[in-house]
Amino acid sequence: MDRYTLSHLRSLEAESIHILREVAAEFARPVMLYSIGKDSSVMVRLAQKAFYPGRIPFPLLHIDTTYKFHEMIEFRDRFTAEIGARLIVHTNRKAIEEGANPFRLGTQKCCALLKTRALLDALAEGGFDAAFGGARRDEEKSRAKERIYSFRDAYGQWDPKNQRPELWNLFNGRVDKGESIRVFPLSNWTELDVWQYIELENIPIAPLYFARPRCVVVRGGMLLPFEREIPLLPGEKPEMVMCRMRSLGCTYCTGAIRSEADTIPKIVAEMIGFRRSERENRVIDHDQEGSMELKKREGYF
Amino acid sequence: MELLRLSTAGSVDDGKSTLIGRLLYDSKGVYEDQLASVRHAANGNGNGLDLALLTDGLRAEREQGITIDVAYRYFSTPRRKFIIADTPGHEQYTRNMATGASTANLAVILVDARYGVRPQSRRHAYIAWLLGIPHLVVAVNKMDLVDFREEVFESIRADFSEFAARLHGADLHFIPISALEGDNVVAKSARMPWFDGASLLHHLETVHIASDLNLNDFRFPVQQVSRPHADFRGYAGQIASGVVSVGDPVMALPSGRTSRIQSIVTFDGPLESAFAPMAVTLCLEDELDISRGDMLVHPSNLPQAARRFDATVVWMSEKPLEPGALYLLKQTTSQVKASAAELRGKVDINRLEKVAAGELRLNEIGEVTVETHRPLFFDAYRRNRATGCFILIDPLTNETAGAGMIAEPRPRQTGRVAGPGGFTAGRVTPAERYSRAGHRPAVVWLSGEREAAYRLERALFDRGCLVLAMEGDAETLAERAEALAAAGFIAVCRPDTPFEAPRGAIGTHLTAATELCRLLEEKGILPGMSLSGGEGI
Repeated sequence: MDRYTLSHLRSLEAESIHILREVAAEFARPVMLYSIGKDSSVMVRLAQKAFYPGRIPFPLLHIDTTYKFHEMIEFRDRFTAEIGARLIVHTNRKAIEEGANPFRLGTQKCCALLKTRALLDALAEGGFDAAFGGARRDEEKSRAKERIYSFRDAYGQWDPKNQRPELWNLFNGRVDKGESIRVFPLSNWTELDVWQYIELENIPIAPLYFARPRCVVVRGGMLLPFEREIPLLPGEKPEMVMCRMRSLGCTYCTGAIRSEADTIPKIVAEMIGFRRSERENRVIDHDQEGSMELKKREGYF
Repeated sequence: MELLRLSTAGSVDDGKSTLIGRLLYDSKGVYEDQLASVRHAANGNGNGLDLALLTDGLRAEREQGITIDVAYRYFSTPRRKFIIADTPGHEQYTRNMATGASTANLAVILVDARYGVRPQSRRHAYIAWLLGIPHLVVAVNKMDLVDFREEVFESIRADFSEFAARLHGADLHFIPISALEGDNVVAKSARMPWFDGASLLHHLETVHIASDLNLNDFRFPVQQVSRPHADFRGYAGQIASGVVSVGDPVMALPSGRTSRIQSIVTFDGPLESAFAPMAVTLCLEDELDISRGDMLVHPSNLPQAARRFDATVVWMSEKPLEPGALYLLKQTTSQVKASAAELRGKVDINRLEKVAAGELRLNEIGEVTVETHRPLFFDAYRRNRATGCFILIDPLTNETAGAGMIAEPRPRQTGRVAGPGGFTAGRVTPAERYSRAGHRPAVVWLSGEREAAYRLERALFDRGCLVLAMEGDAETLAERAEALAAAGFIAVCRPDTPFEAPRGAIGTHLTAATELCRLLEEKGILPGMSLSGGEGI
C-alpha cells in the first residue's frame, strides 16, 4: 500500500494547511506574523497552498525594530510584492524616538519595547483575534509545551499551567472579547524539516542565510555582523569571515556561524551534521535561565 | 521518509525521561549547547550527564521538580522522523495521557523490571488502547538492576499479556532494556543474548504503520468553501479517511444531494486521486449547496447519522460533567450544541472495571449517551479515529471540558447506513428510526393560517428534523401523514377542508414556529433542549 503513504514533509504540510484553514474559517480577523526568516517563508508558502486558487485571506504583519539587516527589509518588500500579499509594518516609534537600543537598555528591555510591546500594540490596533507565528516546538524548551492554538489573555500573556488540552486535530479557538489565540502551524516541524522543505519546494529565502565573506566582530565565541556601528570593546576589531546566518533577528543580537554553505543543498547537508541548536546565536535567549519562558508569559511569541 | 508519532507516560522513577533523553542523545536529537545548559542547570553536578534533565522544560517545573504538561520532542533517523508526546505520569495523568495519545501511532509503556506490572503501567496501557493507538510497546526497563535475567522479563511479559487480553485488538510488543546504560535502546545489547528481538529504536523504525490509517471509508469534512472568483467553486478540507478520485460519485451530507468529483485542485497542480491525510480542494460537477461542517462521502459507503449516540468521555475540567447541561461539541469541522443525556457509568481506572457514577469529574472516564442539536455524521472511533472523536467545550468558560470517542452502535439502537456488508440484520425498528432522526415521529394538524405549516417545516428542517408540510383535503392528508410518521417523519398537515384531528395526532391553533416547536418539545417529540439560547451562546 506504499502508494498511499505520505512522506514526513507532506504529512507535516497537510497538518499545517489544515490548521491554516481552520483559523481562516473560524476567526473574524486573523493575521500572520511575518518575521522575514526561513520559518516565515515556509509558513507563507503553506498559506498560499491552503487557499489556492484564492489569495491568502489575511494580512502579513512585520514588527520592525528598525535594527534589522537591510538585506532583510529588501527581501521582505520584494517577496511580499511578488506573491501579492498584504503587508502591515509596525514599529514602536515612540520608543525609537526615545532612543531605545540594546546598548542603552540591555537586550531584555530593548526586546520588551521594540518586539513584545510593538507586537501587542499592532495586534490591538488591527483588532486581530488570531495571530499565526512560525515558532516551532523543537526550538526551545518552553516552546516544547506550547499548544498549536495558544490561548492569550487580554494582555497577550501565556499561562503555561493553564493551557487548553489539545486532542486530535480538533482545536478550541473560542475566546471572549479582548482575548486572542496565537497559532503555530509549524509546531511539529524541526529546523531540518524546514530546510528540507525549502529545498523540496524551492522557496525563496533571505540572502543572509547563504555563506559569503562578511565583516564581523568576534565576541564571546559569537560572530556579530558589523553592519552598524557596534560599540567595540577594548581589543576588538572587525574582520572578514566566511559565514552565514542560521536564524535572523536584529543586527546587534544575531550572531553568524562560520560556514561555507552557499546553496540550499549545502545548507541541508550542513544541518544534518550540526551538533548545536539554532538559537545558540540569539543573545536574548541566554539572558537568564528560562528567559524565553518569561518573555512568552509577557506576550512574546 | 515516514512520520511516526509515539506517546510515552510514566513517573520520574520508572526511567521515562532517561529513556527519551537516551533516544534523543543517541540519535543526535539533542544539540551540544542544550547539553551544556543541562549541565549548567544540574548545579555543580559536573560529573556525567543526567539524561533525564534534557526533557525537563519549564522554570516552574524545575523549581518544583515536577512535570506540568504534555511536551513534544523530535528526533529522526535516516529511516523515520519521530514525534514524541511526552506526558507526566502523576496527577492529571488521564487528561495528559489522553492528549498525548490522541495523535499517536504507538505507545511506549514502561515497566520497572524490579517491581513488575504496577497499576500505573496498566492505566497507561488502558488509556493508550482507549485512544485507539494501534501499537503498544512494553519496555521492561532497568534490566541492569535485575542482572539482565531472562525469567524476570518473561514473568513480566506473562503478567502483562494476561491483563492485556482485556484490551481487544491491542498489538503488543515486549522489549527488555536499560535506558540508563543504553541496552537494547538504540543498539542490541550483548548482555541479553537470550532476547532474539530487535532494539527499541529498530522496532520504532520498522513497525508497519502504513495501514494504521483508514483508507476504506472516504470522508471529507468541508473546512471552507473556496470561491476566489465567479468561475471557481471548490471545497477545501483534509481527507479524514479513505481515497477519492476524479469521476467518483459523491454525496454531500446532510443534504443527501449527489454529484461527481470534477477535479482535485492543489497549489502544485491537479491530482487524479488523493488519500488521507492529504489537504486538497475538491470541485464537483454540479453546484450543490455545501458549507463548512458538511461532509462529502461516497454514496455507497455512508457514515452513521444520529443525534443520539454512546461515547466514552475523558473529563478534563475542574467543573464536573453535568448531565443535561449544554456544551459545544466539535467533531470533524462541525460544531453543534450537545448535552450528556445520560451518564451510564464510569471506569475505575485502577481496577479497569465499570462502576456506577453520579457525576463525572476531572480525569475520570465515563460512559455517556450524548444528544446533539443537529445530526452528526460519524463512524465508531474503533473504525475511524478521524470521524469518531469529538471535544466538548464549556460555552461559559470556553475551556475544553471533555474529549469523547464514539462507541459502536448498540444493537437495536441505530442501523449503520454503510454499503455492502455493513447492514445491520433484521427489520428496521421505530427505535432505530428515532435514533437516526433524533426526534420522535408525529402528525401535527394546524388550523391557523396556511403559511404557518411552512414556517414550522422550515424551523424543524433547520434543526435537522425529518419533516414534510402538506396541504390538501383532510382525508388524503390523514393517509399520507400516517405513512410519513411510520417512516419517522414529523408530518405537518394544513387541510383546506373542515377537519377534526385524528386520534394520536397533535391538533393546534398556534401559528408561530417557535411556539409550535416548544409544543413539540413539551410533547416529547423533540429532544428537551431549549432553543432560547440561539446559536450565540
